[in-house]
Amino acid sequence: MTDVLHTSRMTVGYHHTPLIRDICLKLHRGQIMTLIGPNGAGKSTILKSITRQMDLLGGTVYLDGTSMADMTGKQIAGKMSVVLTERAAAEYMTCRDVVAMGRYPYTGLLGIPGRAGQEKVREALELVHGQELADRDFSRISDGERQRILLARAICQEPELIVLDEPVSYLDIRHKLEVLEILGELVRRRQVAVLMSLHELDLAQRISDYVVCVKGSTIWKAGPPEEIFTTGCIRELYGIGKGTYYAELGWTELEPVKGRPQVFVIGGGGSGIPVYRRLRNQGIPFAAGVLHEHDVEYPVARALAAEVVSEKAFEPVSEEALCRAAKILEGCSQVICTVERFGTMNAGNRRLAEMAARNRPGGI
Amino acid sequence: MRGHGRYRAVKCLLVLAALAGAVVLLSVWSICRGSVALDLEDMRQAFSVWSSQTSQDVETIRSDPARQDMVRRIVWDIRLPRVLAAVILGGALSVSGFLLQTFFSNPIAGPFVLGISSGARMAVCLVMLLVLGQGAAVTSAGLVLAAFGGALVSTGLVLLAAVRVKAMSSLVVCGVMLGYICSAVTDFAVTFAEDANIVNLHNWSVGSFSGITWENIRVMGTVVFPAMVLAWVLAKPISAYQMGEAYARSVGVGIRRFRLELILLSSLLSACVTAFAGPVSFVGIAVPHLVKRLMGTAKPLWMIPGCFFGGGAFCLLSDFIARTVFSPRELGISSVTALLGAPVVIGMMLHPKKP
Repeated sequence: MTDVLHTSRMTVGYHHTPLIRDICLKLHRGQIMTLIGPNGAGKSTILKSITRQMDLLGGTVYLDGTSMADMTGKQIAGKMSVVLTERAAAEYMTCRDVVAMGRYPYTGLLGIPGRAGQEKVREALELVHGQELADRDFSRISDGERQRILLARAICQEPELIVLDEPVSYLDIRHKLEVLEILGELVRRRQVAVLMSLHELDLAQRISDYVVCVKGSTIWKAGPPEEIFTTGCIRELYGIGKGTYYAELGWTELEPVKGRPQVFVIGGGGSGIPVYRRLRNQGIPFAAGVLHEHDVEYPVARALAAEVVSEKAFEPVSEEALCRAAKILEGCSQVICTVERFGTMNAGNRRLAEMAARNRPGGI
Repeated sequence: MRGHGRYRAVKCLLVLAALAGAVVLLSVWSICRGSVALDLEDMRQAFSVWSSQTSQDVETIRSDPARQDMVRRIVWDIRLPRVLAAVILGGALSVSGFLLQTFFSNPIAGPFVLGISSGARMAVCLVMLLVLGQGAAVTSAGLVLAAFGGALVSTGLVLLAAVRVKAMSSLVVCGVMLGYICSAVTDFAVTFAEDANIVNLHNWSVGSFSGITWENIRVMGTVVFPAMVLAWVLAKPISAYQMGEAYARSVGVGIRRFRLELILLSSLLSACVTAFAGPVSFVGIAVPHLVKRLMGTAKPLWMIPGCFFGGGAFCLLSDFIARTVFSPRELGISSVTALLGAPVVIGMMLHPKKP
């Protein structure tokens, strides 16, 4: 199977100054490829160069096996459509008019879509759940609706490849999900290829078949999402110094408060997470324990607590861990226990809580 | 769902018919009114005498041959060319404005605002002074060529500015400044011209549809009508370009060539107007805007004919006011179009969206 898109040693940049050199990407039909990376890394530059809004500074881009340099604008338009970040001006246009613009490569001299064309417009509107928007004024719909209509326009062009530049930025979470759901369905139903840039790492991780990291004038790393979305990799890609990003779970935590722990939190099973976050926001250093390493809140505690006492996954809480926890607990002025029911594996924590209650009546 | 589209098409068609009707009515009215008032019977005679010399009832109804001759002269030599010029040039001006607004994606772009009319005027003025100074006469085609040259120079300068400034207000300021420079040069030239030439120039340089000859009409017709057809043929890429350059490129519009075609056409149209009628302000902005509102669409397929008829009607009305209100003194056409058009532009600024 030939690749829908293949860039061979593509060099991109502004005003004859190369920004990123030797980019080699390959994309099949039915695949979603996502570009991620910090602001200004050149994701948009790559997409603009592929969609011919900027001249290539070197290399070749093959669209469905043919070099784009040898194709006419119309031939390219029949294979690739775009959804751009720049605002689409549409004065006195209904949403249907905007979608119908996607039929441009297929209409005659006057640009009026025929019966078949109108059917395609209807199908595209249906695919983005935009039928009820059809007769509305394009300039008077919400950002989320607008993005769906622009997507319908791109679909209506019947491409093999859709290129989207940050399609869900500025949308609220519901509309982000909506747009990405539509993209996923489109890929499944019509076997198109999708190339896009996303800032939403959690969403990129879930929807992509292949992820390309753009950083510091290079393709820093590329691979399937499970290879890219590791904590170390993402930290390095974005140069995260202070807070924490748990790539595997798509979790973000702010910088922890350092210092000698003043509060000890006995948590587990996720019940301690809101406490950790509140303590951090109030600037109180705290310790957490004893947490199993497979507990959902273990990574949060690691990110936010000054000290964490942990136990290996699926093992009962050991005496050794308990001892360490008790020692830290001694130094804390307050103990908070968020666990209501301790299980067999967690029996040690019950003892810890009881010990704390004995020493500080009403202190828990 | 389909009904909505059809409803809009019918509406556009009705507006178009109404505008065309307005052009016809205003033409007839303009021909009848003036220092010598004519009635429809005079008109009928003037036209029938010319078209069918054998008509007998001519003799029976009005037997004064001297009056008949005068009426025919007034209609054929003075008023009809003037009316035709107002329609053709008004149409050309507003279509030119529409094309420029598309090109710069800026609702207040127009040949006058961007200094293109002034550039054309300066070129025509300089050429006229040069040629008249040598005792020769300038042909209509020569005037159009000079104006086209001037318009292209101005357009080129505005384009250079457009590359540097992205904000549409700055671009318009650049255009207006350019217009002032061109006007200043024109004024210098006129000041130092010989008296005999000034008489010739003055009427023209304030803008007027008077003194148009049939030869002028022929030349403007051969320039404007093909340009109009070409513009209409460009309707498809124009509609794609209205969404933005990048989107137009993505559906396969050859942007570089398209932009060149657009700028050449609009310069040619506004140059032609300036060559024959001098600078005429605000038609290029006000008319496309009004037509857009009336039709409720910005589709070039409708807008181009709509602007042509709308511009024709607007200029007929303006010209009529210019020559009758303070008759026998005539106002500059620009004064009237500004008075009618500028409020429209202000209204447009205050209510950028449709009501």
